[in-house]
Amino acid sequence: MSIKIEKLNHIYNPGSPFQTNALENIDLEVKTGEFIGLIGHTGSGKSTLVQHLNGLLKPTSGKIWIQGEEITKPGIKMKQIRKKVGLVFQYPEHQLFEETVYSDIAFGPSNLGLSDNEIASRVKEAMNLVKLPYDELKDRSPFDLSGGQRRRVAIAGVLAMKPEILILDEPTASLDPRGRDEILEQIQRFHQEFGLTIILVSHSMEDIGRLVNRIVVMDGGKIALTGIPGEVFSRSEELVNMGLGVPQITTLMKRLNGEGYQLPEDLFTVRDAKKTILEWLRGNNHA
Amino acid sequence: MENELMINVEGLTFIYKGQESDLLALDHIDLKIRDGDHVVIIGHNGSGKSTLAKQMNALLLPTDGKVHVKGMDTRDDDSLWKIRQTAGMVFQNPDNQIVATIVEEDVAFGPENLGIDPTEIRKRVDQSLLAVDMAEYAQKAPHLLSGGQKQRIAIAGVIAMKPDCIIFDEPTAMLDPSGRKEVIRTMQKLNREEGITIVHITHFMEEAVDAGRVVVMEDGKIVMEGSPREIFSRVAELKKLGLDVPQMTELAQELKDEGIKIASNILTVEEMVSVLCQLKLKN
Amino acid sequence: MLKDITIGQHYPTGSVIHGLDPRTKIIGTFAFMAGLFLIKSFWAYIVVVVLLGSVILISRIPLKYVLKGLRPLMVLILVTFLINLFMTRGEIIFGVGPLNMTREGLRQGVFMAMRLIFLIVGTSLLTLTTSPITLTDGIEHLLNPFRKIGVPAHELAMMMTIALRFIPTLLEETDKIMKAQIARGADFESGNIMNRAKSLVPLLVPLFISSFRRADDLAMAMEARCYRGGENRTRLKALQWRKNDGLAFVVISGYFGLMILLRLTV
Repeated sequence: MSIKIEKLNHIYNPGSPFQTNALENIDLEVKTGEFIGLIGHTGSGKSTLVQHLNGLLKPTSGKIWIQGEEITKPGIKMKQIRKKVGLVFQYPEHQLFEETVYSDIAFGPSNLGLSDNEIASRVKEAMNLVKLPYDELKDRSPFDLSGGQRRRVAIAGVLAMKPEILILDEPTASLDPRGRDEILEQIQRFHQEFGLTIILVSHSMEDIGRLVNRIVVMDGGKIALTGIPGEVFSRSEELVNMGLGVPQITTLMKRLNGEGYQLPEDLFTVRDAKKTILEWLRGNNHA
Repeated sequence: MENELMINVEGLTFIYKGQESDLLALDHIDLKIRDGDHVVIIGHNGSGKSTLAKQMNALLLPTDGKVHVKGMDTRDDDSLWKIRQTAGMVFQNPDNQIVATIVEEDVAFGPENLGIDPTEIRKRVDQSLLAVDMAEYAQKAPHLLSGGQKQRIAIAGVIAMKPDCIIFDEPTAMLDPSGRKEVIRTMQKLNREEGITIVHITHFMEEAVDAGRVVVMEDGKIVMEGSPREIFSRVAELKKLGLDVPQMTELAQELKDEGIKIASNILTVEEMVSVLCQLKLKN
Repeated sequence: MLKDITIGQHYPTGSVIHGLDPRTKIIGTFAFMAGLFLIKSFWAYIVVVVLLGSVILISRIPLKYVLKGLRPLMVLILVTFLINLFMTRGEIIFGVGPLNMTREGLRQGVFMAMRLIFLIVGTSLLTLTTSPITLTDGIEHLLNPFRKIGVPAHELAMMMTIALRFIPTLLEETDKIMKAQIARGADFESGNIMNRAKSLVPLLVPLFISSFRRADDLAMAMEARCYRGGENRTRLKALQWRKNDGLAFVVISGYFGLMILLRLTV
């Protein structure tokens, strides 16, 4: 599933004293099977942008195509689009409402008008994907589960609609490191094993760097930077000016170069840094 | 002398009474926090750290054992309000702890409850807002502020009660990186400039780097306690507990495993740069 | 965005009216309303128009903005007018099928509609010129004497403050949950009334749960800040009667006296 965005503008409360340009002339293409990391300061327009991709918000001007179909045309059936583009909101566990885990996850598929058998198999599959034991949890109330489990139920509720594009808005907010790693691991599997096109909105540079093919940085309603993680992180001054952080490792390499060495600055994982630093210390190359 | 301790936790056990089964949330905790300390308590969700925080302000009372705040027993009803005034508390969700519709009215809420004279309240409100760099927002509506700003208002509300100690219960969990920085900076300032004792509960490891002492909790028990340097050098143990380690410490550990002569308790980028430069020169 | 809605529609201009003590304005509004209900003849409305007009002028709130408050209640005004128009017995001037319009009905309809319009404009002036928090303060003070007979004045005022504080938060939350459910294929817009009511369940349940959680959190945060009800509580801003409040009372008394006089004579 590919996404194409052309000259997208969104103005909140036009003509009122509260008028704000949330998005300005956004041009972006996402290829089928791509894993995009969307980062930006709060209020940079990330959430506004992703809500356009399944028609929750209508652009003030501009066009969006999902797999070649223009979804910003008047009269388009949004339900069809929402089936293809799954959106997991921040703190998705706040949307849970059913008495059992099963029926909550089944809410999406049943809105699609599927048969009971199909719904049952989708619920089972979705729970499997987020590593929730089906037999043990399906009849439990979602409100009795732990925070991390509740969030996975909510993610499963979107996965059960079998979207081809999955957008997650800060899916690890407020989770502890273990809960965060579990969710990120699963998202990586959705991408690798099922070939989903994924857009991950996150504040954590380390997480984004580790997972995605390409980073899109937003600032003040515009796309400020885009590129592979190493490329984007190496422009650390610009990132810091936008109120964003840089992985410690990238900062380290930059500081070492400030001491007069010539090391690559596009590193961001401990593993890569270790390799480079070992070679450098042992004097194999660089320096 | 017990009186010199800001908070003294002795043999504290706490059981949540559930409908089906009881849950042992705190299991014989001993912890001493001195006046002026900056202590970070880390642990993952469900390790009991928030329950411990609520014990320090008498929001929860021990099932067994004792908690003293400046010598006052939390089980003693007569000291309840004095304890809450001495050990203020800032909570996780910035939205759910602001009471009033105007910033300065909210900051005044605590002193108003203490029955303080209006002219004194006015003075304290202004000072507290200055201390958290929010003076220019005094007349604003809280719901229009950012998460970091709301959290600083909540802190101002506590400072206005003139506490000796502030307990922060995951104050940064719902904030973005810049909001997180604002709150951490405020916390450090209060500790260093105002001498307020800080107990900070978090699961973000990087926030523990500047603390005086780190306490690690797991399953309702304290499993590690020491300076940030001591704690973070125990990379393997922390990882086993499902906790993060700062990237620099992890890198140092990995380099050490490769036979490089490097201390494994490096915490910051600056330290790493100077250590690596020295190593390079020796080669 | 939903969160930009200003609840209570406070319109600050810093005018003399805005600066009055909320108690003055609340009592004044009640006197104004009571006066309205004393009116028998159209002549008395001239006094009302003069009074309202001067208050609007002094408050420096644009007339258009004041009248905007009528819009959501237009239906109510219209229904009142029509009911009076057709349901009053008297001299028939026009008839459509079983409905008969009478001269007395026309008079009564116009009279009631005007009363309603003045009532709405008058009360909305109170909220337009008074911030929610001062309004709450005023209500608390006015109710204080009734505490002896068990009116929980402080608690009522605190409840109002908290409600005002959380309305924008809950509106924002409603918007978010609604979007999250629409993303899962929920439909809030089509279907008959039964279906629509049913479709609200996925919105209302999460909203209730989150409100309870917020209430819980807030209660704990208030307790941690030593809240223990209204006893021995002081206030940052104490209410004060000023010279203008005295003047306002003279005006209000004058209006009320005139209304009684008109009722008895005209």
